[in-house]
Amino acid sequence: MNNQLTKKKIDSATILSAVIVVCLYVAVFIAEQLIAPTSMLFTVLKKGATYALVAVSMNLCNGFTGIFSLGQAGFMLLGAYTYGILTLPVAERVNVYQYYGGGLVQFTLPWFVAMLLGGLVAALFAFLIGLPVLRLKSDYLAIATLGFAEIIRAIFQWDKLGPITNGSNMLRLFPNFNDFNIRGADGQVTVYLSTLVPLLIAGACIGIIVMLINSTFGRALKAIRDDEIAAEAMGIRLASHKRLAFCISSFFAGIGGAMLAMYQSTVQAKGFTTAMTYEILLIVVIGGIGSVTGSCISSFLFVAASEWWLRFLDQKQMIGGFEVPLLRNGFRLVVFSIIIMIVVLFFRQGIMGTRELPDLFRGRRKAKGGAKS
Amino acid sequence: MSNMLKVKDLKVNYGGIEALKGISFDVEQGQIVTLIGANGAGKSTTLRAISGLVKTASGAINFLGRDIIPFNAQQVVAEGIALVPEGRRVFDNLTVKENLKIGAYLRKDKEEIEAGIEDIYQRFPRLKEREWQLAGTLSGGEQQMLAVGRAMMARPKLLMMDEPSLGLAPLVVKDIFAIIRELKSEGITILLIEQNANAALRCADQAYVLETGRITMSGTGEALLADQRVRDAYLGSTAR
Repeated sequence: MNNQLTKKKIDSATILSAVIVVCLYVAVFIAEQLIAPTSMLFTVLKKGATYALVAVSMNLCNGFTGIFSLGQAGFMLLGAYTYGILTLPVAERVNVYQYYGGGLVQFTLPWFVAMLLGGLVAALFAFLIGLPVLRLKSDYLAIATLGFAEIIRAIFQWDKLGPITNGSNMLRLFPNFNDFNIRGADGQVTVYLSTLVPLLIAGACIGIIVMLINSTFGRALKAIRDDEIAAEAMGIRLASHKRLAFCISSFFAGIGGAMLAMYQSTVQAKGFTTAMTYEILLIVVIGGIGSVTGSCISSFLFVAASEWWLRFLDQKQMIGGFEVPLLRNGFRLVVFSIIIMIVVLFFRQGIMGTRELPDLFRGRRKAKGGAKS
Repeated sequence: MSNMLKVKDLKVNYGGIEALKGISFDVEQGQIVTLIGANGAGKSTTLRAISGLVKTASGAINFLGRDIIPFNAQQVVAEGIALVPEGRRVFDNLTVKENLKIGAYLRKDKEEIEAGIEDIYQRFPRLKEREWQLAGTLSGGEQQMLAVGRAMMARPKLLMMDEPSLGLAPLVVKDIFAIIRELKSEGITILLIEQNANAALRCADQAYVLETGRITMSGTGEALLADQRVRDAYLGSTAR
């Protein structure tokens, strides 16, 4: 019976979208074998995948449930540290925890277990801070979660926790994306997977979120976003739904944090600033609040623009002996801000609004509904 | 016919202000019962208290023999009381169909839910036409139909409607009251709250007048319609 219902929903547009996604994955795989691994393309794809996952998780909370949370950086930090601490090879601990006698943790877990635990730790913290914080509304909630992220950042740099967190020092030497490459006996890479695997991890997580959004639970979340009182009157329990959405969102932010740790191959609490949360928020807004596809597209665009395409603005450029004025370190961010202002002013709905990839092939649903009756 | 809903000496406070100062009324099975009154009389508060959306200070609410005072909103819906909230409150960014599905949120019988949606579409063909449209793009009357349909999806024994005619054109108001009568003829019990006292009293079996948190008059719809005090206070020129 369930099968029938789901079968009805899968139309050609959905299949077409799935085909496109698979093609993109294949294209990445082929590109990775052919193009030099140092190309900026792969940097962008790796970081883009990480940010896409976090942006979608933030969208689940802010866009689909209407919980305006700004704690993303805090949850990413929890995920990143959990991953870094638990996957560090025992032999390397003496070097990394040099001021803390090798640290307290003296075992190593496989990367995917540590990553999963990173998500769970983030979800646990979300549950705990959600108890008081989720009673708050809109901007108050935003401020409270922002404060949480700042506190977490400070606590992780606390010297007394050093044996676990390495204090304000960097965690490093844990497995990173490059370890996904398959190497031959001579240590040479035979198959490059360092970009494909992060994309697959992010894709799988985003897939889970999409299924969640399209489930009855997801519909209830959207109802809460639209009108809390009406949702409650329909029998939806606000507190438990919001808490669950917040925990799930934080879980995936934690996974995203672990991916960020792998991407950077180092972790330091100092890096998980409010600015990081704002970057994610910008990605969500630019992509379209309430669109998973939008969050994904805009995160790759955002990362590409900030890391790659606009880099030239930070350096002195000479055009035929003439030095272009204003171009110096930091100017990139000025241009970037202007682009963002333009987007916000002229594309208020973001790139996608609330549409998803299959909607683009479907044309207007309204017309379809009208023709049927 | 027995009393489906019995409200006794119900008191509700809002931040130190007594919104309901002890009201008692009954809703008999299969009837349309209406509460009329001016703004701030406590009509909506009454419905919210029954729905479990606001805490009651004292008093008893008995539904089909069970005390529902300690119930939360979810349990009240599960008991068979559905609310059509004031100002319709449809979920603007969900489609018509999704809105209806949310109405059946507590039901687990997937196939019957689909059948239930078809029933609603038969009752309101306009909703069928707009199945895939976002609820926020519907006209006021259509939204009210959707709000009624959404509440009906919970298969309630008692349907509570909070100002269904609010902000609608006179012709649409007529439609809405026709729907209310139709629902009654199908055996659904209705507790109706209205400022449009004239229309409400015309279709009500039993009616109560609420004034600043107290019930000041009660009687059949016709009796109140004929009552000089009601005519002066609520009906004004329309009943002349």
